[in-house]
Amino acid sequence: MIEARSLTRRFGELTAVDDLSFAVAPGEVLGFLGPNGAGKTTTMRLLTGFLAPSSGEARVFGHDVERAPRQARAALGYLPEGAPAWEEMTVRELLAFVARVRGIAPAARRVRLDHVVERLGLAPVLDRRIETLSKGFRRRAGLAQAMLHDPAALVLDEPTDGLDPNQKHEVRGLIREMARDKVIIVSTHILEEVEAVCTRAIIIAGGRLVLDDTPQGLAARAGTDGPTAARIDAAFRALTAGAGHA
Amino acid sequence: MREVAAVFRRDFAAYFATPVAAVFLSVFLVLAAALPFQLGRFYELGQADLATFFAFHPWLYLFFVPAVAMRLWAEERKSGTLELLLTLPLSTAQAVAGKFLAAWTFVGLALTLTFPMWITVNYLGEPDNGAILAAYAGSFLMAGGFLAIGSCLSAATRSQVVAYVLSVAVGLLLLLAGHDLVLAALRAWAPAWLVDSVAALSFLTHFQAIARGVLDLADLLYFVLTIALWLAATAIVLDRGRSR
Repeated sequence: MIEARSLTRRFGELTAVDDLSFAVAPGEVLGFLGPNGAGKTTTMRLLTGFLAPSSGEARVFGHDVERAPRQARAALGYLPEGAPAWEEMTVRELLAFVARVRGIAPAARRVRLDHVVERLGLAPVLDRRIETLSKGFRRRAGLAQAMLHDPAALVLDEPTDGLDPNQKHEVRGLIREMARDKVIIVSTHILEEVEAVCTRAIIIAGGRLVLDDTPQGLAARAGTDGPTAARIDAAFRALTAGAGHA
Repeated sequence: MREVAAVFRRDFAAYFATPVAAVFLSVFLVLAAALPFQLGRFYELGQADLATFFAFHPWLYLFFVPAVAMRLWAEERKSGTLELLLTLPLSTAQAVAGKFLAAWTFVGLALTLTFPMWITVNYLGEPDNGAILAAYAGSFLMAGGFLAIGSCLSAATRSQVVAYVLSVAVGLLLLLAGHDLVLAALRAWAPAWLVDSVAALSFLTHFQAIARGVLDLADLLYFVLTIALWLAATAIVLDRGRSR
């Protein structure tokens, strides 16, 4: 369970996240939507403890991210925006480092490494430096480090950004599969992703929650006929027009 | 401990995965050996000791150690890996310690590689090897002091250049506070206690005491406390960045 309770974060005059509350249970894939600058990435950072909230709290399986950061982070896998990674490391070294910090026992480490490498198709680049990887492989390396410890909750900031259509399809399949017993939050501005992987969608604009519904419910708000994706698109624009920061 | 060890290992390996190690080690070693010979007239003095060699260390570190320290946090912040590192289940203090120890070990390696100087004086005469060992220890501690300052200033900015310049400036201040020129100027008008207090703040005063072969607990403690304080400040700066 990931919970946000009246989560608020200010940067000086700007309120990036404004009194945001929601809860996501295992089995759910929450699509976190909003125009650029709506506060998506700031929310991800508050949920994972990279930023501290100005007020309110975030909880991961009951652990307050501020007061019990270690327990909260141990339960969490996180792909930060842009899939940052140490350029001079190979994919294998990156995963070994994350496994060591997370205290995965050496025997389990091998099994987990093989699993994520196989699932994300990283075998061909395992011993290549991250600086030499294409955008797609880099993103998948970022997903691999987030999934390595088989966390009960995943926070993925734009997991399919930079992937080609085939890779997008694979990663979405992977997310759906993991969703069976995990809590997953996916931030995205790609609306087709909502229909493809999400069981629920939250739209924020200007840091505030404007909608919390199923993808079908979101599509219904468009009040038009046609394919679901097109209707989600129309509903999104109607809900967020004029919002967001300059 | 596990977390500190993992960060240490990653950071230490990173020096050798990039040209940083090769460039730093070679230029440092050339200067560490050339300065005593060229400027310090190491050979002409005809003394089989390493006093001239160690006399240059504060000034060498002033320019070299900030070059190692500047990347510690500024680079992580700029490339976004800070977010990856600090959302792993480890405390800020553990990350600070792991990165500092890796950098300190790296500078220690550079210092260790000056051992041919030691062999040379032993070949030429009969130096006081105990005093030399003490001076090496003092030099290593002083390097840690410079490094801890650099770590804190690197955490405060995303620009490595800014981190470097600030570190050199603070280091210079701490060296000059113990330099004869500054102290002589102070003595002209200031009371003795003030002159002594200023001198006591300086890396130079404490290092020179150790380098003379006198291992005084107060001098060791000075460097240990300096390191601890600046590292604590590093953690505070990083945590403030989260909640600002």
